Amino acid sequence: MSVMDLLNALTAFANFVLIPATAYGAQLALGALGVTLVYGVLRFSNVAHGDTMAFGTMVTILLTWALQESGVTLGSLPTALLALPAGIVVTAALVLGTDRLVYRFYRARRVRPVVFVIVSVGVMFVMNGLVRFIIGPGDQRFADGERFIVSAREFRDWSGLREGLALKTSQAITVVTAILVVVLLFWFLKRTRMGKSMRAYSDNEDLALLSGIDPNRVVAVTWIILAALATVAGVLYGLDKSFKPFTYFQLLLPIFASAIVGGLGSPPGAIAGGFLIAFSEVTVTYAWKKVLVYLLPDPLEPTALVQLLSTDYKFAVSFLILTAVLLIRPTGIFAGRAE
Amino acid sequence: MSRNGGSRRSNRSGASLPEVSTIAAESSDPVVCEVRKPYLLGNSLTGGYGRGSDILHDCTIAVERGKIAVIVGPNGAGKSTAMKGLFGMLDLRKGTVWLDDENITDLSPQARVAKGMAFVPQTSNVFTTMTVEENLEMGAFLHREGMKCAIEQVYGLFPVLRDRRRQRAGELSGGQRQQLALGRALMTQPQILMLDEVTAGISPIVMNELFGKIIEIAGTGISVLMVEQNARQALEIAHVGYVLVQGRNRFTDTGAALLASPDVRRSFLGG
Repeated sequence: MSVMDLLNALTAFANFVLIPATAYGAQLALGALGVTLVYGVLRFSNVAHGDTMAFGTMVTILLTWALQESGVTLGSLPTALLALPAGIVVTAALVLGTDRLVYRFYRARRVRPVVFVIVSVGVMFVMNGLVRFIIGPGDQRFADGERFIVSAREFRDWSGLREGLALKTSQAITVVTAILVVVLLFWFLKRTRMGKSMRAYSDNEDLALLSGIDPNRVVAVTWIILAALATVAGVLYGLDKSFKPFTYFQLLLPIFASAIVGGLGSPPGAIAGGFLIAFSEVTVTYAWKKVLVYLLPDPLEPTALVQLLSTDYKFAVSFLILTAVLLIRPTGIFAGRAE
Repeated sequence: MSRNGGSRRSNRSGASLPEVSTIAAESSDPVVCEVRKPYLLGNSLTGGYGRGSDILHDCTIAVERGKIAVIVGPNGAGKSTAMKGLFGMLDLRKGTVWLDDENITDLSPQARVAKGMAFVPQTSNVFTTMTVEENLEMGAFLHREGMKCAIEQVYGLFPVLRDRRRQRAGELSGGQRQQLALGRALMTQPQILMLDEVTAGISPIVMNELFGKIIEIAGTGISVLMVEQNARQALEIAHVGYVLVQGRNRFTDTGAALLASPDVRRSFLGG
């Protein structure tokens, strides 16, 4: 095995595992943060999260198209970034309206969390229908601007390696945006009065009321943050892959797996969980032959793909990890509050 | 004769306190003489939780301004329930609650917090995932202006909290935790502090220390109402004590008189 082989192996690994899994992990982490926040503050698992992401992404896509049509673009960056803030505002209005119309009724009755979960299933169906009614069930592409920051060919020409390394604009934007959002969220929760009162409410609702914290404000701000997280996560995922309502519904499984693995109610756990699930999914469904041919001596070189699981079964990975965590350590890695 | 004579507000609710009998001010003293009346009064409270059967029966509890009142009694006597009745956490079927001459019977617990009542629950009385200082900040949620000063006051009263300010409340010892619970309640800038068995599960030394702090708090003019399992020690610091039995007033007197009473000693203090 020469140095060249090692570099080729590393490049193939980075290109097919490291970079895609990091971008996917960032998307899952943002999604899981929304789930974990609602769980922590409003005390239920919001099954409608995937469809909230779809709604936010749909609004952003429609606005992006309108901007593109009127000739407004962001140059080499996707125009969707320009439409994103407006997408968040519309989504926030939708979830606040839903809370007013649906959840508040049940909150006033102090129903058990399981009732909230069932209610959110209903909300999910309505949002799902709304999205399909407006934009249709099909695949939508809305990414524009420069597709690659580094393309595989450029990298090969530059490095002289056999393997190429591609970095898509969407992947870089995903990671940068995710870092910004997470830093902002943690700063908000740790440093601001509103953020602290949300943590207090999440920690001990009765004592928060005894301290004079207004529960309605806490609930409203939680929904607004959820709308922002869901829309950002959805748009990043859509830019990186493509937008299809059903795919977003399916994302619910890896997102919940991320939140539960990390510990429901724990924001750092949601981030760790997102990356754990993403890396597990990508490594298990990747055909390792491409990397192994460089690393193993000729007689041991694999002839098959060395793929543990077909990509069709990628959701099984989330499901397996989820099951294992629930059996072995139900509170998750970061010991969330769920039992 | 009343300390709050000058600042007494007019009766906004239009009704007068039920048990006030006017002592005529016949002297030439220009200061209007008033009846000494309790700052907080739960008058003939009858009620229970939800639609359940009544736990309190015609129970009356009063706390004077700047004084310590203690509710004692056997297990299941309705001590905590009486306190919750005063704080609006109970469904009252009869009786009224008065705070500083105002009828607050129908106010929610949160509205009572804004009126200057603070409550320290028996359990889950701190935000365990937040730091000591954040706990105090949350107590000051309604009074942002004087927060820094109020936090310093709490640190002055409980120096150990200053040493642990960056530590999570969940990591504190039992005694420190109760001090923080008291501190959080004091941050709401209360006129009356209500403590539900704050000494439960802490060592006698720490308990004595905590009682000392409570006397200090009352000395600043804040009224204190405590429910206590440690009846003897609590009555020692009480200006007035209420012995409840099965949700009814059994004995009411000064703490010293109750401690001296053979009946009380035999039935509730173990001889």
